[in-house]
Amino acid sequence: MAFAAFANTAQAVDAAPRKSSKIALVLLAPGLAYLALFFLTPLVALILTSLQAPALYGDMGEYVYAFRWENYVAVVNEYGETFLRSFGYALIATMAALLISYPIAYFIGVRARKWPAIQAIALILVIAPFFISFLLRTLAWKQIFSDDSWTMETLKALSILGPDAHFTGTPFAVIFGLTYNFIPFMTLPIYTTLERLDTRYLEASGDLYARPSTTFFKVTLPLSMPGIVSGTLLTFIPASGDYINASGDFLGGPSTQMVGNAIQSNFLVILQYPAAAALSIMLMAVILVIVAIYVKRSGTEDLI
Amino acid sequence: MATGTFAESGADLELVGITKRFPGFTAIENLDLFIPAGSFFALLGPSGCGKTTTLRLVAGLEEPTEGKILIGGKDVTNMKSYQRPVNTVFQSYALFPHMTVLENVAFGLHRRGIKDAVAKAHEALILVELDHVANRKPQQLSGGQQQRVALARAVVNRPALLLLDEPLGALDLKLRRQMQLELKAIQTEVGLTFLHVTHDQEEAMTMADTVAVMNKGRIEQMGAPQELYELPRTAFVASFLGQSNLFTGQVVASTSDTISLDIAGNHIVVPKARAARHTGLVTVGVRPEKLTLHTETQTHDAGQNVLTGGVVKDVSFSGVSTQYIVSFPDVGDIVVFAQNMVFGPVVHEGAIVSVSWNIERGFGIEDHPEQAGKFVPDDNTASIAVAQRKALSAELEGA
Ligand SMILES: Nc1ncnc2c1ncn2[C@@H]1O[C@H](COP(=O)(O)OP(=O)(O)O)[C@@H](O)[C@H]1O
Ligand SMILES: [Mg+2]
Repeated sequence: MAFAAFANTAQAVDAAPRKSSKIALVLLAPGLAYLALFFLTPLVALILTSLQAPALYGDMGEYVYAFRWENYVAVVNEYGETFLRSFGYALIATMAALLISYPIAYFIGVRARKWPAIQAIALILVIAPFFISFLLRTLAWKQIFSDDSWTMETLKALSILGPDAHFTGTPFAVIFGLTYNFIPFMTLPIYTTLERLDTRYLEASGDLYARPSTTFFKVTLPLSMPGIVSGTLLTFIPASGDYINASGDFLGGPSTQMVGNAIQSNFLVILQYPAAAALSIMLMAVILVIVAIYVKRSGTEDLI
Repeated sequence: MATGTFAESGADLELVGITKRFPGFTAIENLDLFIPAGSFFALLGPSGCGKTTTLRLVAGLEEPTEGKILIGGKDVTNMKSYQRPVNTVFQSYALFPHMTVLENVAFGLHRRGIKDAVAKAHEALILVELDHVANRKPQQLSGGQQQRVALARAVVNRPALLLLDEPLGALDLKLRRQMQLELKAIQTEVGLTFLHVTHDQEEAMTMADTVAVMNKGRIEQMGAPQELYELPRTAFVASFLGQSNLFTGQVVASTSDTISLDIAGNHIVVPKARAARHTGLVTVGVRPEKLTLHTETQTHDAGQNVLTGGVVKDVSFSGVSTQYIVSFPDVGDIVVFAQNMVFGPVVHEGAIVSVSWNIERGFGIEDHPEQAGKFVPDDNTASIAVAQRKALSAELEGA
């Protein structure tokens, strides 16, 4: 008797979640269909392409389906250094963007709270670059710093730079471009967490004998970790696959090639589709591993 | 603040002419206050009267518009909060959400480089009976538990001056009594100075050596709890600290040690020593428990004030005592507390009664009657309860 009653209530309790999970499934369906169509399909296509072999007696750019995993070995041998360079540049640019963005976000999100007008203007200034195409802005920097621009001539005339100094084509220029382009992606998430930062914690920290610098490292910084994690991810991931800044047409040169450039030239110039696909897959895999380790280490799995 | 050591003893606190203005609002006006070292001082007042602002000024979280703050004789007005030998139990607790309870409690000790910080933090947690949750995050605790952690986090530093902003507000009655005793014990044991802010008059009166009643950014009256209760100097104190019956009338006679008022034809006598003003229109009062109810007309001793011809309007039983509201024509409603010496109330609604009290129990307040008359004790919890009960019974009748 007692058991029967118990079983009955258990069923009644179960019924509700099952019903709501059905609704959840219906709501999720468009998103799942979208992912299947636009993410899964290209991914499968890409994996298949990366394993293709050149067609026997075929033309350049003609490939057949195969299981040529040697494509990956070849790509690692040829582009290993490019990979390292990509992640190196992306890492430095992410750090630089963080160092520049944090004070901006702190100012807008905490210091300017009392003046909503200043807060709004500052936010608009952060977002404003988005109104102009990313390509145009990067080209503008190229013009500003090209070898025969007046900026460079002036710097040379003032002996700040040596007579045959270059800016474009150097790693510095590429990292500069990446940093510049991703600053809004870093600033906005950090701003969002700092804007919600409860300053009473900072007061409590001061009350407990922490000087302002200690308060920053022990309280403010840990409490803004969610923003820092999303900001660095939003910067690092696209920056490591970027092919605009490092391209010779923009701020880069032959010695600053990143994986993005290698993929682009393989796909579009030398028509080695399997190599390009293998590069893409590897880029994705490496980023996934890096991000997983990073999120795990920063202990904010539940915050993003 | 010397690092690595605890305060040897409490320090005294002195506020000199403190004024705090927020844009368009004066929160504290010309406040002078001296709290001797080692005392337990309670700042009592209704919500919004400036208690938290006063504590924030002392803690260094807010800068005074005017005036000076001295702790242990040293001018700290221009010191930052982290340099002041003061800790605060915040009304909002402000426990760091990214740290465990233990890390929260050890935070101040670490900052000052005190040895065995973790062991001392555990001791403080044992004191507030929360050592078993030392490794949890504050969000995983109940409001009352968080409040006790906040208490431990401040007390563990043994500051020369401890500021408590309604530190027991979220606790249930039993725990509150227990924490009151603990706090008192810590304070006496170490000889720290406590500045305790509360809106609970009972808490202020049972714990503090000195109580200051604050209203609208000013201190209305300050003194030992009993002194404040027995001889309130303003209508606000008389009504906020317990309940009072107040009457306003013209002084019609005066002897060497008493004044006599005419209140709607009744003569009310008050000792001069207990009255702030001796001539003209004066407001006097008496506490409800000092009154005696009589059902038969009887002759009274010379030392009594008597009001006759009252109608009992309301009787409410509250265990130890019964509260009667007696309505007198032209005088108004008078509240009487009578101890329940027998079963049930002595009189019922509608009964005609008289009340009397020893003239030595009356007091005269210093407010001008125009102000006293306008004062509505809307902050008094007892009067709110009565009003609510009236509203409820009116509703029931209407239904
Ligand atoms: N930062 C501020 N700006 C403007 N007004 C404030 C500020 N802080 C407090 N006040 C006002 O000062 C008064 C006293 O506040 P508070 O000291 O918090 O009162 P209490 O702690 O006694 O309830 C309130 O009317 C409040 O609105
Ligand atoms: Mg308050």
